[in-house]
Amino acid sequence: MTTEPVITLRGVRAELGSRPVLRGIDLTVRRGEVVALLGANGSGKSTAVRTVIGQVPVTAGEIELFGAERRRFRDWARVGYVPQRTTAAGGVPATVTEVVSSGRLARTRFGLFRKADRKAVRRSLELVGMADRAKDSVDALSGGQHQRVLIARALASEPDLLIMDEPMAGVDLASQEVLAETLRTQVGQGATVLLVLHELGPLEPLIDRAVVLRDGCVLHDGPPPKAVGQHALPGHDHVHPHAPADAGPIRTGLLS
Amino acid sequence: MEILDYAFMQRALLAAVLVGVTAPAVGVYLVQRRQALMGDGIGHVAMTGVGLGFLLSWSPVWMAAVVSVLGAVLMELVRWHAKARGDIALAMLFYGGMAGGVMFINLAPGGSTSNLSSFLFGSLSTVSSSDVTAICVLAAFVVLVTVGLRRQLFAVSQDEEFARVTGLPVRFLNLLTAVTAAVTVSVAMRVVGLLLVSALMVVPVAAAQQLTRSFAATFAVAVAIGVSVAVGGTVTSYYQDVPPGATIVLLTIGAFILLTALAAPLARRRARALAAARPGADPAECSIPASRAADGKVGA
Repeated sequence: MTTEPVITLRGVRAELGSRPVLRGIDLTVRRGEVVALLGANGSGKSTAVRTVIGQVPVTAGEIELFGAERRRFRDWARVGYVPQRTTAAGGVPATVTEVVSSGRLARTRFGLFRKADRKAVRRSLELVGMADRAKDSVDALSGGQHQRVLIARALASEPDLLIMDEPMAGVDLASQEVLAETLRTQVGQGATVLLVLHELGPLEPLIDRAVVLRDGCVLHDGPPPKAVGQHALPGHDHVHPHAPADAGPIRTGLLS
Repeated sequence: MEILDYAFMQRALLAAVLVGVTAPAVGVYLVQRRQALMGDGIGHVAMTGVGLGFLLSWSPVWMAAVVSVLGAVLMELVRWHAKARGDIALAMLFYGGMAGGVMFINLAPGGSTSNLSSFLFGSLSTVSSSDVTAICVLAAFVVLVTVGLRRQLFAVSQDEEFARVTGLPVRFLNLLTAVTAAVTVSVAMRVVGLLLVSALMVVPVAAAQQLTRSFAATFAVAVAIGVSVAVGGTVTSYYQDVPPGATIVLLTIGAFILLTALAAPLARRRARALAAARPGADPAECSIPASRAADGKVGA
């Protein structure tokens, strides 16, 4: 297994308004890793992810994607991004297929869809179990179903790297399991994942490393923290029953 | 059809068809990105172009196109750079544009504010053949952009942040949307008038939404409504001697009300059809016996 870095942040600082939100973050995500970015509200975890995709400008430091400086990086088809659900709502109805098709644009020339592109959109809808809702309006979906659509949109370009901002927020239990399963499949195929999470929850068995932020600084970078409080309660177990205790994620496929 | 015997009516009807196509085609993206009033702002700015056209004796349509494109670019720049004070900057741009128009037209030899009224509210008899040429060229540009780049414009209008991560040139596409809207204002100016342009961009889209679930269908239905009301309004205006812009806008609003009234029973029928096609899946009601649900008397 290679250990080539896919995302590198070195001494990254960022401000929102004039308030410093990131105060010098170092973070490396290597090929095939699943890294969770944890922290309280306002700790800067979403901002950190948004600097990686270029949505928030950095005031100091360096960001690299797949070894290229972020500003020079052009191969966006390799990146699948799942924003917080609130950002994706238009004033005109759109079907599930139309929304997911946007995710395929990076693989097309001038936005012309071929048969293979339609197939890829269909496949990513099947991955999240939403193929039967393909022609429905996204407005008619529940929060969890909507989140599955946004993940399908990110998967439509068949990315090597998935960046997700709170994918489990406001998602019902059934959808959480579908999402965990989808993610497990992607990781099994060698995808690299950077997740912003409020709590580890059902994704815990998938996560290799947790980076905890507080006040814009890295507080912890290492194995995921032990479940405490209500997450350690016996009732928590039923959320991730698919993971065999001894099976580590398989890291072959796409990238190796 | 004696209406087609007159050259000025042929020109007016051609212009009406092009307006009916282009205004909702741009409007659907403006509504999607929740900038429904953008067309109105550009309409105000275009008045300076009309005034300049009179002053310099150039084609008011082309001058309006140039000035409103510049205004649209300026509006996009304001949107990028001035976040908090953006709306004040836009207000200054709009009213500056309007005042500029009134000023220039009064400076023009023999010009007075009354010359402006055919541009503000639309007028059929004044559509000249050079206007028609300009309208055709500009409309071709609008159709090319709104249809040719529909997937890109959809992605940017739906979720700008995500569009950036797919590598789309987001700023360029935003600018292109604004410029296309500005060009559409110049296309529609002669028939509907600058003050009523925005209605034809927004209301057909709102009306179409009452029936549709997809973006593609909304686009198609909005254009169909746009063409129908533009042609219908132009013909009515000819026979009844009423102003075309006002007639078109009132017809559009009528279409909106009609489709809104139709939407509720249609949605109920669609839900029933869905329930019949997928028995067991997603029951629409909470365990109401099938025999009662089928007669439509019970339900949400």
